[in-house]
Amino acid sequence: MKDGYELVYKRPATLLDARMHYCPGCFHSTMHKIIMEVVEEMGIEEDTIGVSPVGCSVFAYNYMDIDFQQAAHGRACAVATGIKRSLPDKFVFTYQGDGDLAAIGTAETIHSCNRGENFTIFFINNAIYGMTGGQMAPTTLEGQKTSTSPYGRDIKNVGHPLRMAEMVSQLPGVAYCERLVLNTPANVRKAKKSIKKAFEIQKQGLGMTFLEVVSNCPSGWKCSPVESLDFVGEDMLKYYPLGVKKDVTANSN
Amino acid sequence: MSKKEIAFMKGNEALAEAALRAGMTGYYGYPITPQSEIMEYLTRQAPEYPNVTILQAESEVASVNMLYGAGGAGGRVMTSSSSPGYSLMQEGVSYIACAEIPSVFVNVQRGGPGLGTIQPSQGDYFQAVKGGGHGDYRVIVFAPNSVQEMVDHTILAFDLADKWRNPALILTDGAIGQMMEKIELPEHYKFRSTEDMRAEKPWATNGRKDGRKKNLLTSLNIKSEDMERKNHELQAKYAKICDEEVRYESYHLDDADIIISAYGLSSRICKKVVDIGREQGMKVGLLRPITLWPFPSKKIDELAKKENVKLFMSIEMSVGQMVEDVKLVVNGRKPVHHYGKTGGIIFTAEDVLNQIKAKI
Amino acid sequence: MAAKGFVEISVEGCKGCGLCVHHCPVKCLSLKMDDTNSFGLHYAYLSNEETCIGCANCAVICPDAAITVYRQSKAV
Ligand SMILES: Cc1ncc(C[n+]2csc(CCOP(=O)(O)OP(=O)(O)O)c2C)c(N)n1
Ligand code: SF4
Ligand code: SF4
Ligand code: SF4
Ligand SMILES: [Mg+2]
Repeated sequence: MKDGYELVYKRPATLLDARMHYCPGCFHSTMHKIIMEVVEEMGIEEDTIGVSPVGCSVFAYNYMDIDFQQAAHGRACAVATGIKRSLPDKFVFTYQGDGDLAAIGTAETIHSCNRGENFTIFFINNAIYGMTGGQMAPTTLEGQKTSTSPYGRDIKNVGHPLRMAEMVSQLPGVAYCERLVLNTPANVRKAKKSIKKAFEIQKQGLGMTFLEVVSNCPSGWKCSPVESLDFVGEDMLKYYPLGVKKDVTANSN
Repeated sequence: MSKKEIAFMKGNEALAEAALRAGMTGYYGYPITPQSEIMEYLTRQAPEYPNVTILQAESEVASVNMLYGAGGAGGRVMTSSSSPGYSLMQEGVSYIACAEIPSVFVNVQRGGPGLGTIQPSQGDYFQAVKGGGHGDYRVIVFAPNSVQEMVDHTILAFDLADKWRNPALILTDGAIGQMMEKIELPEHYKFRSTEDMRAEKPWATNGRKDGRKKNLLTSLNIKSEDMERKNHELQAKYAKICDEEVRYESYHLDDADIIISAYGLSSRICKKVVDIGREQGMKVGLLRPITLWPFPSKKIDELAKKENVKLFMSIEMSVGQMVEDVKLVVNGRKPVHHYGKTGGIIFTAEDVLNQIKAKI
Repeated sequence: MAAKGFVEISVEGCKGCGLCVHHCPVKCLSLKMDDTNSFGLHYAYLSNEETCIGCANCAVICPDAAITVYRQSKAV
C-alpha cells in the first residue's frame, strides 16, 4: 500500500476466493458479496447456516465460507424450517430465485412465513428462470419476452406477475419485509443495512424476515450488464416498488 | 437392569411412543388415514418433551424437506404417512439418500393405486425397496408384523439410519397400525444435547465452530466423474448394509418342501397356514423377511438349492410384487407362485392353503 | 498533487461487466479494450489515476468483489 493511504474497501474473507460462476454483472454475485460482508461484520460465520435453492444460485455454497445445505427445487424454506427448529440459536437463511420461491415453492414460502419461522429469506427476483436458459417466471413482467413467452407475457393466458413482498407482508408471522435493489452503489449500501437488520430481528426471534431483491439477468434478458440497469430501474421498479413493507420493530425504535 | 414396562397399545401409537424413547429430536408430518394417530399421539405427548420438535407441515413435500434440514442439522428425525403421502415424498427421499442424511420414514400402507382405499395393503413394496424416487439409491426397509415390532423396528430404524447415514423406512399397513396388542416398551435413550450431536455427527451443518471447516450437504454432483464417484460410494455402502443388516424369521423351514414367503400382516396369516398345513401332514414352512431391503436373498438361495424343496409361494396383499424378488433369487430352479388380494381384502389361512394345494 | 484515492482491480477476478466504470462519479475507470484476462474478458483498470477520490462506489457495486480501495489518510 502506498504511504499515506488507508484501506477503505476489500473483499470479505467469508466470501471464498473461488471465482463465482455467475455471468458478468449478475446481481447474484453482488448479493452473495454483501451477505458475506454482513456475516463477517457481525462475526457470525460460525453460527450461520445457509440453504441454497435450485436455480443459478444452487452453487452459493461454493462461495460462502459457512455451513450449507442444498435444497430441492422450491423446498429451501422447508429445509430451513428443519434446520432452525433443530438449532434455534443459529442464524439460518435461504437464498432463492423467483422460480424456486414463487412458483414451485410457493406453498413452502407462504407457510414458513405464516408460521413465523425465525429465519431470513433472501428472494432474488430477476423476473426470469436464469438457470434453465431464460424461461418465463411467475415474476416476469407483462409483455416481457422470454424463451417461453416469445411474444411477451400475456396476462390473460398466464396471469399477472406475483408481488411476493406485498403478499407475505400480509402474514402475521412475518416480522420484517422489504424490497431492495442493487442497481447503484447507494442502493447496495442500503441493502447491506437491511440484511443486517434482518439478522438482528432473527436473533430476537420476532418472526420471519423476508428481503426481496429486484435483480437482473443480463444473459436471460439478452442485454449488457449496464443495459440491464435500465430495465431494473425503469421497468422492474415500476411494478415492484421498493421499500419496507412491514417492520414490527418500527414503533419500538 | 432395565425394568420392563408393559403396555397395551395401538400399532401407530406404539410406534410413536417408541420414536420418543429412541431419542427422536424432530417429527414433521401431514395427516392421512390410516396413520394420523402417530402425529396425534406425538402432539398429545409434546408437553413432556419440550426439546422435541413436533410440527404439522403443510404437505408431505414440506415434511420430507424439513427432515432433510433437521436431519442435516444433526437431529434424529422422523416423518410418517400412508401410501399417497409417501409417494409425494419420493423426490425428497432421493435427495436425502444422496446427501446421506439419517432419517426415519413410516409408510402405513393403504390400497392403491391412486387415492385408492383407506383399507390395509402391501401394494407399495416396489416403491419401498426399488427406489420410489429417481436415481440409484436404497432405503433400509423394515416390515413389522406385530405391535411389538412396530416398537422394536422404530428404534432400530433410528439407530441404523444414524449408523449408515441413510434413510430407513418402516413399511407397515393399516391393519397393524390400528391393531392393539400387549407390548413391552424400552427405556428412554439418553437425551442428546446439541454438543452430543455435534460430537456424534461431525458432518452435520450446525455451524462451523472451533475451527472446523464448513460442512456442506448436497445431492448435486454436476460433473459426471463426481456423480459416478458418489454412486460408487453409495453402492459400496449398500453392499455393506446387505452383508450386515439382513433380518428374517424362519418358521418350520428345516424340513419344509413348500416355502411360503410373506412379510408384515400377511406373515401372521401365513404362520397359521403353516400350522394348519402341518396338522394336515403338509411340510410347509415360512420365510418372513423382516428387512425387505436388504432382502434375505442368501436364505432364499439356500432353500432353492435344497432338493426336497418343491415350490415357493409368495403371499402378499398385492397383485404380486415381492414375488419378483423371490423369483430373481430362485432363478428358475423351482417354481415360484404368488397369491394375493388387494383393496383391503384380507385372505384367510384357508384361502392360502387352498391356493397352495392347487399348485402341488 | 497526489490523488485522494486509488484502487487495485484484480485482473483475473474482473468479469468486465462495466458496472464500476458506469458508476464511478469521476469517470476514472475504463475497460481495457486492447487486452483480456485469461478468461478472455476485457478487465477494468484505473485509467485516470489523478482523479480517483477513493469513494469506493466501484468496489461496492462490483458484483465480484474484484476491487480494493484506498483513500488518503486524514492525518496526511
Ligand atoms: C423439480 C424440478 N423441476 C424443474 C427443475 C429445473 N429447474 C432448475 S432451475 C429452474 C428455475 C430457476 O429459476 P429461478 O428460481 O428464478 O432462479 P434463477 O436461475 O433465475 O436465479 C428450473 C425450472 C428442477 N431442477 N427440479
Ligand atoms: S443466467 Fe442470469 S441469473 Fe443466472 S448467472 Fe447469468 S445473469 Fe445471473
Ligand atoms: S474509488 Fe470512487 S473515484 Fe475511485 S475509481 Fe472507485 S468509484 Fe471511481
Ligand atoms: S464491476 Fe468488477 S467485475 Fe465489473 S468491470 Fe468493474 S471490476 Fe470488473
Ligand atoms: Mg429467476
